[in-house]
Order: sequence, then C-alpha cells, then structure tokens
Amino acid sequence: MRLVDRVGFCVQSLRSQPTRTLLIALAMAIGTAGVVVLTWLGEAARHYVVGQFDALGTNLVIVLPGRSETTGSAPPLLGETSRDLTLDDALAVKRSPAVRRLAPVVVGGAVVAFGNRSRETTVLGSTAELLPVRRLTLGMGRFLPEDNAAGGAVCVLGATVARELFGAQHPIGEFVSVGDRRYRVSGILASGGMSLGTDLDEMVVLPVVAAQALFDSPGLFRIIIEATSKDAVPLAVADVQRILSERHEGEYDVTVITQDALSSTFDGILRALTLAVAGIAAISLVVAGILVMNVMVVAVTQRRAEIGLLMALGAEAVTVRRLFLGEALLLSVGGGCAGLLLGEATSRVLPHFAPVLRPGVPWWAAAAAVSVAVGCGLVFGTAPAARAARLDPVTALARR
Amino acid sequence: MIELRGVDRVFQVGDQAVHALRAVDLVIGRGEYVSLMGPSGSGKSTLLHVLGLLDRATRGAYLLDGQDVTALDDVEQARTRRLRIGFVFQAFHLVPRLTTAQNVALPLVLAEVPPAERRERTTAQLKAFGLLDRGHHLPDQLSGGQRQRAAIARATVTRPDLLLADEPTGNLDRTTGHEVVRILEQLHDGGITLIVVTHDQELGARAHRRLRMDDGCLVGDVGQGLGPERGEEPS
Repeated sequence: MRLVDRVGFCVQSLRSQPTRTLLIALAMAIGTAGVVVLTWLGEAARHYVVGQFDALGTNLVIVLPGRSETTGSAPPLLGETSRDLTLDDALAVKRSPAVRRLAPVVVGGAVVAFGNRSRETTVLGSTAELLPVRRLTLGMGRFLPEDNAAGGAVCVLGATVARELFGAQHPIGEFVSVGDRRYRVSGILASGGMSLGTDLDEMVVLPVVAAQALFDSPGLFRIIIEATSKDAVPLAVADVQRILSERHEGEYDVTVITQDALSSTFDGILRALTLAVAGIAAISLVVAGILVMNVMVVAVTQRRAEIGLLMALGAEAVTVRRLFLGEALLLSVGGGCAGLLLGEATSRVLPHFAPVLRPGVPWWAAAAAVSVAVGCGLVFGTAPAARAARLDPVTALARR
Repeated sequence: MIELRGVDRVFQVGDQAVHALRAVDLVIGRGEYVSLMGPSGSGKSTLLHVLGLLDRATRGAYLLDGQDVTALDDVEQARTRRLRIGFVFQAFHLVPRLTTAQNVALPLVLAEVPPAERRERTTAQLKAFGLLDRGHHLPDQLSGGQRQRAAIARATVTRPDLLLADEPTGNLDRTTGHEVVRILEQLHDGGITLIVVTHDQELGARAHRRLRMDDGCLVGDVGQGLGPERGEEPS
C-alpha cells in the first residue's frame, strides 16, 4: 500500500470518529502545550535573572566584610564581622594590576529634605567610579567628583527622589539636607529601573567619606571591583584575598563573590528547575499517550471485521500494522502540533501583560515537546497495531 | 488448477483436538463452477478458507497451479490472495466509512495500482455491476442486493482467476439472492473459477459440480468437470 494511500486511509478512519479524534488530539495538545509553555516560562525566568546580573556590570568581584564558615544561608546574608572593611582596604586592593576600577560602598538610611519636602531614602556612599562599575547613567549634571577622598559636600539624586523633592524645579546646584548636613546637588541619575531588587531611582549617592561621617561608621558595606578582563577575575580574587589577609593580620575575614559565579549558579539552578518543571509537564504527555493507546485498542476490537477483510483482500500483516500505527501517529502528531501552536501563541500573548517575559518558545523546547508527542504515539501505538496485525483473518471475519 | 492432497485442519479447543478437515483430497480444474454443501460444522467454510489462503492446513499439501502454496510465507500468501483470489462473504464486509467506489477500489489500493488506472478500473467495475450512480454512497445507504453487488465488484476488480463465495445469498431475500447468483454465474461464464459454499439446495444444485461434506470429510462429488453432468462417487 502506498504511503499516500495509507495516510488517506488513516485520515478517513479518524474523520469517521470526529469526537473521539478531537478529544484525544486535545489531550495530546494540552500535554504538549504544557511542556512548551512551562519550558518557555522557565527559560524566560532564567534570562531575566541572568540579565539582572549582567546589568550590574561585567567582570565584577564583590568583597563583603566578614566570612561565613558555615553553610546554610545565602552569601549576601552573612553574619557579623569582627573586623571592618575600611576605605584603606579598598585603596590597597586598587593597587592590584588585575583591578581596573573599584567602588567602595556604604549604605544606610537617612531623611533627605529640600525646603519643606522631605522623605526617608536609602543613602549610598561611594566614589566616582561607582558610575562605570555599576553601569549607571546620569540624567543630568555631574556625578561625584574624582577626588573622592576629600569628599566634597555634593550629592547625586535618584530620579524618583529628585522628582519628588523638586517637582518641576531644576535641582542642579540646589542644596538638600541629608540627615543633619547640607549637600549641593551635582547630578541626577537617569531612571534605570530595578537592579537586583535595589531601586536606584529611590537613592541618594554621597561621597563615601561623607556617608561614613553621616553614619558615623568607618566600615564599608562592600567593595565592588571591576577586573581588567574576564580572564583577570581569578587573579583579582587572589589579589583581594592576599592583600586583605595581609592587612587584617593574616586573617582572611572577608567574603569574595564573583558575579560570574553568582550568575552561573543562578543560571544552573533555573535551568535545572526549568527541566524539572518540563519533565513534570511531560507526564501529562505520557497520560495522553496512554489515552491514544486506549483508543487504538478499542479501535482494533471494533474493527476486527475490517482487519479480517483487509487481510482477505491481500493486505500483509505489516500493512495492517502500519495502518493502525499510522492512526496513532497522526493523532499524536496532530495533537502535538496543535499544542505547539497553542504554546507558541501563549508565549507571544502573555509578554504583552508581563513584559519581563521574553516572548518566543526556545526551539529546542518546541522540538523536544513534539518529539515526545511523536514518541508517545509510536510507543503507545505499537502494541495495538501489533495486535491488529496478529489477528487471525478467519476469526476476525467470523465475528460481526 | 487446485489440488489438495491429504489436507487436515485440526483446531485445538481447550485440550481437545477438533478435526475440521480430515484427509481431504480434491482436484478442481480451471473455470469450474463448484458448490460446496453440507451441514453446519462439516468443515466446508474451513475448506474454503484453506483454499483462499486465509487458513493453513495442519497437514497435507495445497497446490495452486502446481505450486505448493502451503510452503509460501505470509507475505507471498498475501500477494497470492491479492492478485489471484477474490472473496465474497455472507455479511458483505464493506468498510462502513468508505464509499462504494472506495470499497471497490480497496484491493487496487492494496496492490499499489497507480491512481489513474485505479479510477478507471473502479469506474468500469461500478458500471459493469450497475452501481455507477451509487459510487459516492456509503454502504448503509445501499440495499442488501447493492451491497453484495459492490462486494462482488470489489472481489473481482483485480481480475482474479479464483472466486470464493461463502453463503453469498445468506443475508438476502429470494429475489435479490437470484440476482446475485446470476452475477456470479456471469463471472463464471467469463472464465473465473467459482466455488460457492451454501446451505441453499437450489443454489447448490445450479453448480456444475457439487461437493458434499460431512464431519470434515468430502462425502460427495457430483458432476466433476465442465461438461455435462456425470455422476461419480468418491472412493
């Protein structure tokens, strides 16, 4: 029997039972769409998180005071430290050839006021190099002065803070009070949105010395280091460890995180999660495959006379097997493709409502979902088809 | 054309062996018109199935045109069925979802005849059987006589030289039964070897050669050969 005739025969058989065909194809479609959509969501989440890390800057090494000897909490949530990380530590580290730029960071909360408006904000103390290291952009004015150690009485406002304090008024050159001191506004950060959960628009940036004075603490919150290149990152880490150990009387009491390690850890976790979720969704595909098998078993029983007839007319066993396997395959492929379209459509429509999601199903997920659907058809269609091919024509014809 | 030598067919029912055919020896010449009669369970249908290669003899040899077809494998047996043997059943066995034309064309589809030739031969066949205006109807829209005509048209569309009919009039009333018998006899006049299994004495008596079976054995063989009837008791 020619291939085109076999396909025609299968299609005609499926069309003679439209309800049953549609329901089984629907089950297959839902299973496939589930795999496709969940994989897409997982991938979108992974891209979002990795993108957040990349937005921080490149080749970053972050030094935190204190060192956790136990595991159990995530690295940024370290406990108390016995020894502060100081500005001098930062300056010492900067001498390493592997370090291109470095920004010490002090963080605290304070009230910022202009005229009769005031609000509580996060205050970030740092240096001029924070701008390139964190890849911030200025909306207007200038950032902190290069000569940070002197720490002029200037500040840079986040976009939201500036708007709320000044409204339509031009802020550059005006004086705002932060805590109990007054600072001249030298620049406004461009509205940059969120970065790793920190809303930069809601911040006020002071020179690091000023911030240390404001919070009355010599300790740094962290040091953000940009290595000269990706290859220099391990060298930078080694230098940081060596220099800081020397400075801390031989004790290695800081925690060094590379952005790379952090980003690839999250990348790995989210990839594993995606695969796990897709695997769970694939169970529904297997269930759909069992439905296909069930339908085919019923079909073989119902169509015994037809099978006997085909054999009497000279159909070989292999022809009968192919006809029934073909039906199972058509059901799976049809359902799988419908599910793929459904999943693809979902991945195009949903991002309109949730823009952080990247539209478009990854090609490998689409290919995997459809191959699993086809595989289900093959695996679960084989047994009923073999059963049809094994029928004895005489007994098959005898029953009506 | 057909030669059976000591053919046995034994079915195993539970732990009991049922002999459906016992040492059947039979020679049927090309173009003969043979009826096969006997009580229920006498083995006549089994004999027909063995002749049609739907069933295999447990012992003995079946020679079709001198070739031992019992030695053929399944694929070759299917090929022989496809090209040389036509079946007509009591229950018609038309595929309900296929139109009359598609049912008639089914053996050609299985034989991988090209579509153009297939259409041509199917149309000719429908015309010959007076079903041309019924070609696009489904079997359940046909009368019993039309259904059996369609089934015969299907059985002969590949121009087989052996036509096997199992109670072809069993599901039909008298008039349509006669009509079907006339069609079968016309086919025989055209040179086909016709073997009819029947309970119907009148139908059986019309055959030039009449075989009787009982308990798996051939017990009567009257009018052997194409010529005028000559009585001959089997040994």
